[in-house]
Amino acid sequence: MALLEVKDLKTSFFTDAGEVKAVNGVSFELERGKVLGIVGESGSGKSVTAYSIMQILAPAGKIIGGSVKLDGQELIGSGEKVMKTVRGNKVSIIFQDPMTSLNPTYTIGSQLMEAILLHTDRNRKQAKERAIEMLKLVNVNEPEKRMKQYPFELSGGMRQRVMIAMALACEPDILIADEPTTALDVTIQAQILELMQSLQKELGMAIIMITHDLGVVAQMCDEVIVMYAGNICERGTADEIFYNPQHEYTKSLMRSLPSANSAGTRLQPITGTPIDLLNMPKGCAFAPRCDAAMKICITKPSPEFEVGDNHTSRCWMCAKNAHSSGEALMEIEGGENNE
Amino acid sequence: MSNKPLIEVNGLSKYFDVNTGLFKTKKLKAVDNVSFAIKKGETLGLVGESGCGKTTVGRTILHLYNPTSGEIIYDGKQIKSKESIEEFRRHATMVFQDPYSSLNPRMTVSDIIGEPLDVHKLYSSKKEREEKILELMGHVGLNSEHASRYAHEFSGGQRQRIGIARSLAVNPDFIVCDEPVSALDVSIQAQVINMFEDLQDKMGLTYLFIAHDLLVVRHISDRIAVMYLGRMVELADSKEIYDNPLHPYSKSLLSAVPVPDPKIARENARIVLEGDIPSPLNAPSGCPFRTRCPYATEVCATSMPEFKEVETGHFVACHRVNEIN
Repeated sequence: MALLEVKDLKTSFFTDAGEVKAVNGVSFELERGKVLGIVGESGSGKSVTAYSIMQILAPAGKIIGGSVKLDGQELIGSGEKVMKTVRGNKVSIIFQDPMTSLNPTYTIGSQLMEAILLHTDRNRKQAKERAIEMLKLVNVNEPEKRMKQYPFELSGGMRQRVMIAMALACEPDILIADEPTTALDVTIQAQILELMQSLQKELGMAIIMITHDLGVVAQMCDEVIVMYAGNICERGTADEIFYNPQHEYTKSLMRSLPSANSAGTRLQPITGTPIDLLNMPKGCAFAPRCDAAMKICITKPSPEFEVGDNHTSRCWMCAKNAHSSGEALMEIEGGENNE
Repeated sequence: MSNKPLIEVNGLSKYFDVNTGLFKTKKLKAVDNVSFAIKKGETLGLVGESGCGKTTVGRTILHLYNPTSGEIIYDGKQIKSKESIEEFRRHATMVFQDPYSSLNPRMTVSDIIGEPLDVHKLYSSKKEREEKILELMGHVGLNSEHASRYAHEFSGGQRQRIGIARSLAVNPDFIVCDEPVSALDVSIQAQVINMFEDLQDKMGLTYLFIAHDLLVVRHISDRIAVMYLGRMVELADSKEIYDNPLHPYSKSLLSAVPVPDPKIARENARIVLEGDIPSPLNAPSGCPFRTRCPYATEVCATSMPEFKEVETGHFVACHRVNEIN
């Protein structure tokens, strides 16, 4: 059984302008000790997916359907009491901006000890020892001194280390990292990524890495989910996604990146602008920007095609190569002939 | 690209006064003794981490900040007097990082793009102004129907196009691009980068392209300069600096960039630096990089390394450049 099973998760935000389907039927599984990357552009629903798992959505956001099972236990509808034992204990999250996610009015030490006191039966003295031990684990120098300092006294990289220490203090099974290095400089990012990698090996937790940076994904992840407009468009191992992408969106995303050899050549951008979640098209969400769009892409969203070992894609273009696609192929041809 | 430099910067410094207590101020050396030249039609990439002074260099060149010392020579003329600065700004403009805060929300697109035309009085009739604005909008791929709209009605990528159209209004030769694509989504980045390159081909523009995304800089630049704590540490052709970085900081910076290729990422030997970037208020003595440098010796603590040409067109500021390479 997978550690985390997400099935047909749907989360919407109810705004004055209408319902925004931020996550629209997302399903995936996460095995123990694996690193899963979720990539996508802003508004693709990658963060909302994570917040829905943790049930820490903004008031306008509601989970309107689906299931999230942690170790076989259903979390959706389980109630706040159960979630309190999950958050920070079994599943932890670190955010993009370590300044705003730490409380500026409390010392590092008291914020670190809070989680430990809440979720374990350690007393204050033991909690303090544990907190110092965690700071050492994440390579914060002079941990005793840091315990008494406030967040503003630390640099961005140090704060992110403190966040990681806090997230890992109760030895969670899953660490969700929401753009953990986006606010950091390149050399500091390298430090934090290396730290996360070594802690992952040492503690054996699973990581969900949410990022828009395909470089970070290539470095960190075993498996990758590519999201667009609230939906998973492609899922597979990192190697499959990078070397054998099947969805037209993934393909064009890979093509649009500047690379070592691209100097002097023109980049191949994705045309158009990102989708407006209030006015979702009827068919595939990417169809309006897709160079290969067929008639059926505009009228009907694509089902999930199995395109390889543990590799799926929601793109009508895959129908031709997929194993079980006789029906789908007929549908495409039908759509084309109707012209 | 011609061989004559369009713009030359010699020993440019910009210090800010920072209050550190009652009646006490300290000099923050944001940019310290930086020299380089950009040829006509060339793109010079300027990279470095936050606080290294790259934005300050861009702004000081355009005299948005008054330089503390050093000279800026444009097309053979020194830019110093009020008249020369005004004249210079008709040839040199800037594209800003944040397409949200750099456009006035109360102005329509045509007024935003038309403002430089108004300031420099570059039209003789209302009709000419209108025509110029529409032409500029065409250059950056905006329609005439966009002219009467406000900035908030556009996406990030389109806003950046408005900002670029504004910078083109005076028909400049030189544009300082300060992180012009870092606020944009990956799929939009490529559109804007292509546009910068097309405009350069069409109008013979010269760019100072400031960015922290090294893959983008490598794509667009002919030469690249690396800054650290207000000093320039390395400058070379863009291929040369990636294939053969000589300064220990450039080496680690380039190796730290996550490459979107899993096999390379797994095999890549990253040089991970220890520690944080020191505060520019308490910059280390001698070489600014010595506190994080794996090769630092006593000489690095006592004297500032000279920024010198070690191979043709390849400048480095490091005492031990010959020993460590």
